Amino acid sequence: MKLILRKRETVSRRAGIMVPLVSFIVSLAFGAILLAASGANPFATYGAMIAGALGSGYGLSEVLVKSIPLILTGLGVALAFRMRFWNIGAEGQLTLGAVAAAGAALFWTQGLPGWTVLPLAILAGCVAGALWAGIPAILKAFLNVDETLTTLMLNYVAVLYSEHLYYVAWRAEGYNSGTERITELAWLPRFFGRAHTGIFYALVLAVVLWLLFRFSRWGFELKIIGANPTAARYLGINIARNIVLTLLISGAISGLAGAVEVLGLARRLQQGISVGYGYTAIIIAWMAQLDPLAVVFVAFLMATLLVGGDQIQMRMRLPASVGVVLQGMLLIPMLAGNLFKEYALRLERSDREPAAQEEVA
Amino acid sequence: MTGIYALLTSILTITLRAGTSLIYATVGETYTERSGILNLGVEGMMLVGAVSGFATAYYSGSVVLGLVAAMMAGALLGAIHAFLTVTMRANQVVSGLSITLFGTGLASFLGERLGPASNNHNLVGLVGPRFSPIAVPALSNIPMIGALFRQDPLTYVLYLLVPLAWYYLYKTRNGLNLRAVGESPQTADAMGVDVIRTRYLYTILGGVLVGLGGAHLSLAYAPGWAENITGGRGWIVIALVIFAMWNPARAVLGAVLFGGINAVQFRLQAGGTTVASAYLNMLPYLATILVLVVMTWWEALSHRIGAPAALGLPYMREEK
Repeated sequence: MKLILRKRETVSRRAGIMVPLVSFIVSLAFGAILLAASGANPFATYGAMIAGALGSGYGLSEVLVKSIPLILTGLGVALAFRMRFWNIGAEGQLTLGAVAAAGAALFWTQGLPGWTVLPLAILAGCVAGALWAGIPAILKAFLNVDETLTTLMLNYVAVLYSEHLYYVAWRAEGYNSGTERITELAWLPRFFGRAHTGIFYALVLAVVLWLLFRFSRWGFELKIIGANPTAARYLGINIARNIVLTLLISGAISGLAGAVEVLGLARRLQQGISVGYGYTAIIIAWMAQLDPLAVVFVAFLMATLLVGGDQIQMRMRLPASVGVVLQGMLLIPMLAGNLFKEYALRLERSDREPAAQEEVA
Repeated sequence: MTGIYALLTSILTITLRAGTSLIYATVGETYTERSGILNLGVEGMMLVGAVSGFATAYYSGSVVLGLVAAMMAGALLGAIHAFLTVTMRANQVVSGLSITLFGTGLASFLGERLGPASNNHNLVGLVGPRFSPIAVPALSNIPMIGALFRQDPLTYVLYLLVPLAWYYLYKTRNGLNLRAVGESPQTADAMGVDVIRTRYLYTILGGVLVGLGGAHLSLAYAPGWAENITGGRGWIVIALVIFAMWNPARAVLGAVLFGGINAVQFRLQAGGTTVASAYLNMLPYLATILVLVVMTWWEALSHRIGAPAALGLPYMREEK
């Protein structure tokens, strides 16, 4: 008897659901081992994380608060990943979106009618994010420069620039850091604790993208480019144009995430704008298998882990980074498991050896 | 005139010191990529190497044990990447990213958990054993060249390691096999080279060297642990491999270039320049983008820059 991998005739739908689920359980199990090894009780820790995040109105509202930027950046990243463009620059796009929204609310809309301030601030955030993603897109589309590195390097540049603004150039008088509070005209209203209406932008965008991916020619083109660029070229799809256009939109969505963080939550540009949502977005997009509606659910789950982490820091004096470790660990079993979407593992008698099979280890 | 020489010597000294971790990691990643495996996990592996190296050295009092721990941590993460990409055929880009995300989270967790109770279990702010620069008598006083002989032991090891890495890759049978696996795994397989084993081996070896690079940060360059001690060096390494055209000897040039940017930045800041420090701090990242653009443009002019032809592609026998 031998363990055989046999290629499935169709991609398994069951595996598509089971793999993320099992991965989540595996990563919880590994996390438990890590916690136990570092002298903490894993069951008590997980219990406190869940109770802290979902067991109270406060916890739930904070989960919503963190879900907003996570859904948006998750959508932005998933969009680019659809065409296998590795945009890992959501963090920088978010940061510059926040910068531009704050700049618009603080300085650039002065003297304009009051009702224009909020839409202009949101627009500024989207445009800044789009331009920041546009640079690596143009470099890729016309010079074929590898995008993983350019998008990532621009994160550092964006974060340094934002720090320069809130520590030096835009710092409010009498403070060590942070700008003046933005005008109330530019506030996004809050409806539940600190949870603000940015959530509706996120949900609407998720549905719109889902529809576009499913029914539009653009969604079809992205899929083909991602699956097989050569075939895409033969079909007459303009790859360079798609890269630039898609990345402008991807960056705009992450820029929107930064804008609503400023307009709904912080209401000034200050430290804590760049806390890694753009990186978590990569995990979210992949866990959600690049499906916009699944992004919403996975982002909520990741927000729960983050808020749970904050809660155990306060209640049990354990590092908040437990949540981040669990997130980071999620992708590993997930990647390992993806094989089973295309291959089935079987025990077979070794005397039959059809061509399309292969031994495992 | 002596003033100028002294200044240049000191800039060169800092350059090499700043470049050491980059050289270790770049040589490691070069070997991994030569086998056809792209590992974007370098940043995470350096962080885990740095934290485990520092924690081990802190408790054992031995910097050497710290190095061993960092190498083991790097090897372990390298092995995970190899398992995912070679055995499970996962996408190499996503697998590498996941190693970085996991490593970053793990390093910050360990940094907040492994410290002594007296420091609130935190490693930040602790002073542990470190590698100090050792000046070689006489040689270190030569203007300019003296910079080579005012380094810490880990830098001195490089004077041997880099030529050795170059020799192994280009002049030995094993090096030939490694290059063959990265260029054409089918051919290598037909030659009797075990592709799977080779890819595992050099991904793990790469991890060992990347872990060492991380340990150099926490045990020599900026002794101690600080969250994000790497500051993106792991990503710069990925660009340096391309800049060096997958040649471990040329990796030194690139690392010195980036170390030099660090040194100049350091000098300007110490000298109280009026340029905002944020803009100076952007230099290494902007330079990385520039390097990539230039290298890609160079390749587009049909100069082959030597990327392993099978880089990033999984190997499946059935597709022979």
